[in-house]
Amino acid sequence: MTRYVARRLVQMAFLFLVFLTATWFLLYALPGDIVAQKYATNPNIPPEARRLAMERLGLDKPMLVQFRDYMVNFFTLDFGYSFNQYPRPVVDIIKERLPRTIVLFLTAVITYYWAGFAAGKYLAWRRGKRGEMAITVGGVALYTVFYPWFALIMLWLFASQLKLLPLGKFLDPDKWRNAPYPANDVFLRMFWLTLITSVVVFGIHLLARRIKDRTPRRLVAWAGTVAAVVAFLGYWWVGREGAVMRPYAADIAYHLILPVLTLTLVNFAGIMLLTRTSMLETMREDFILTARAKGLPEHMVRDRHAARTALLPVTTSLVLAVATVIDGGIITETVFSWPGMGEVLVSSVTLGDIPLAIASFSFIGVMALVGHFLVDLLYGILDPRIRVTAHG
Amino acid sequence: MTDTSERTDQLEGQTLAEIGADESIELAEQAQRRQSLWAIRWILFRRSLRHNWALFWENRIGRFGLGIIAFFAVLAVMPTIFFATGYWNPAIYDPVTGLEPNPPVQRFTVVNEITDPATQIDFTRVLLDNRIPNDVLPGDVVEIPLQPAPPDSRHWLGTDPLGRDVMSQLMHGARAAFFLGMLAAVVTVVIATIVGSVSAYFGGAIDAFFMRLADLLIMIPALAVLIVIGAIFEFQLWHLAVVIGILSGFGGTAIVLKSQALAVKVKPYIDAARVAGGSNTHIIVSHVIPNVMPLSFLYMMFTVTGAIQSEATLSFLGLLNVRTSWGLMLQLANNQGYLLQGLQYWWLLFPAGVAVTLLAMAFFLVGRAMDEVVNPRLRKR
Repeated sequence: MTRYVARRLVQMAFLFLVFLTATWFLLYALPGDIVAQKYATNPNIPPEARRLAMERLGLDKPMLVQFRDYMVNFFTLDFGYSFNQYPRPVVDIIKERLPRTIVLFLTAVITYYWAGFAAGKYLAWRRGKRGEMAITVGGVALYTVFYPWFALIMLWLFASQLKLLPLGKFLDPDKWRNAPYPANDVFLRMFWLTLITSVVVFGIHLLARRIKDRTPRRLVAWAGTVAAVVAFLGYWWVGREGAVMRPYAADIAYHLILPVLTLTLVNFAGIMLLTRTSMLETMREDFILTARAKGLPEHMVRDRHAARTALLPVTTSLVLAVATVIDGGIITETVFSWPGMGEVLVSSVTLGDIPLAIASFSFIGVMALVGHFLVDLLYGILDPRIRVTAHG
Repeated sequence: MTDTSERTDQLEGQTLAEIGADESIELAEQAQRRQSLWAIRWILFRRSLRHNWALFWENRIGRFGLGIIAFFAVLAVMPTIFFATGYWNPAIYDPVTGLEPNPPVQRFTVVNEITDPATQIDFTRVLLDNRIPNDVLPGDVVEIPLQPAPPDSRHWLGTDPLGRDVMSQLMHGARAAFFLGMLAAVVTVVIATIVGSVSAYFGGAIDAFFMRLADLLIMIPALAVLIVIGAIFEFQLWHLAVVIGILSGFGGTAIVLKSQALAVKVKPYIDAARVAGGSNTHIIVSHVIPNVMPLSFLYMMFTVTGAIQSEATLSFLGLLNVRTSWGLMLQLANNQGYLLQGLQYWWLLFPAGVAVTLLAMAFFLVGRAMDEVVNPRLRKR
């Protein structure tokens, strides 16, 4: 196991290096450097000043020297300054944007995996009955829908017509005019508290599974969950800072609903179909027949015996989901003007802000790599049949 | 989509079973007495095709998908017929340069202060509007051509903000989508079949190289890469098709086809071919690749779905240099602010968006139905 992890880490580092190099050269080829775009057309700036700017940014050096300098700086964690928002350091921008993307991402993934798995279970169980065709076609239509168009329709329907949800953006500037805290502080507080609460709830459920008897087991699990949720809500209602932050936190959460809803609707069908396939394969196994023969109720056979086995391939599909959700995230963030990494990526590439583009690209790459690795590990833990060996 | 490593031995057993082993061997023997080897192959191929077709046709969802594809295929052919028969005049109906010369007009009274926006128009705006002769005075009635115009008998889906026929654009868009999807799918499958077979057959360093490459390509969000490439190069439709084909051919599809080829590699007939003195190239070309083919065709369908959507998204973001496409129609409508106006301009909002969705869905559904043919574990019986 340790050897496998070490091998994977080395491979990952190598892959990342290749990725970074490819990105760098690709972006180096971007036509028209930003300095020229910004200064060359401005008659008030003498050529001398432009030359100095190029020199200061190191853009006058030969390509390979620039590449070497960038690599050295990158691995000493110096990502440089954004050309477009000069003199703001790139790392500053990413620090602000990355949590926003991760939150959107995680919330959406959790919601749509849950919804897709639940729907897929029913679909497999109801095979050949009425409604199967409608659910499948409806699900596939959502899954293959032209996403930017669908997002705009959602925006039009919920924000413009029904006026239930806000028209995109991260927060409502009117409400934040006199806010005592910067938006990012509130947002990070929300992020960490939700994460801690989820981990605690997960831990309680894990502990509760060790209890043998059914009644105390359920009691512990439920009481623990309720206690964690009460503590979470208590912080926002009673806590000294929490009570002040609450309306602002609520505003951010309110802006999160529509993007997450759209991402969920578009992505859940993929998981649903995968679960269905996986369930259909599982339902042919002998142990399902045995479970039925024992006289267990249908929902028990479905949820406890079939669904748990069928969960495995669905988990692996998380690997592919990482890239898909990042792609979906780019469109989501563009359409809903959610200021995250995807939005940074598109704007930095189209504006020629090369340091920011490379850095955001490499962060997305790291996210995908780490996600891929974690899912592989998770799969090994979940399925004892798969031996994680050195040649794996 | 499905767990391919497990499906593999079924697949092999099934190809034989589907040909109807006994019957077809008998038939082949009969044929051998009077026909060449190719004729026998042709008979076997036709038999398996007929059988698989019957299995596919049982699947309602697959039939539904095929119906949609047929519908769009008809749409894609129609402009050629219309232009050739003279039913459509290219000057009016060309998807890019066409212009409706006599659009419906709306009458407005020129006033200084608008009280009823439906029948009145602001005097200061009239002076700025180059569609109106600028010698009008308040109180005059002016006629303003209505563009985008709603559907009528001449323009079945109305016209867009530039006065071009939406139906014609939709049909030409279907043609572009088919061209792009097919090209991308063929490139993907050719690359993935060769890479998968070769890396499964030889293993070792070749395998490691291609699989790490596939990991890299899976890891990279394709859309982000396409956005970067689109910002750098003048991107045309076939460029995009080839790039999508390469990304997906060396990426996820190669992994799936490799696991299929691995299962084929350990079959006795591969050993037999080797003992009989077959070269590596011969074994790969005539034994491994034909047995990977069914799965390749399946993945072609999913590639078409992905390609159509990538094209639409990139055109929508304005990063593609294409003549007409569904994504471009939506980009124009969105840039001119017609999309968020909702149902009032439904002929700008729905045709292109629904077309992208439907065609992508159709290929996906056909792929799913083929999956049930190729993978016997999913069958009802």
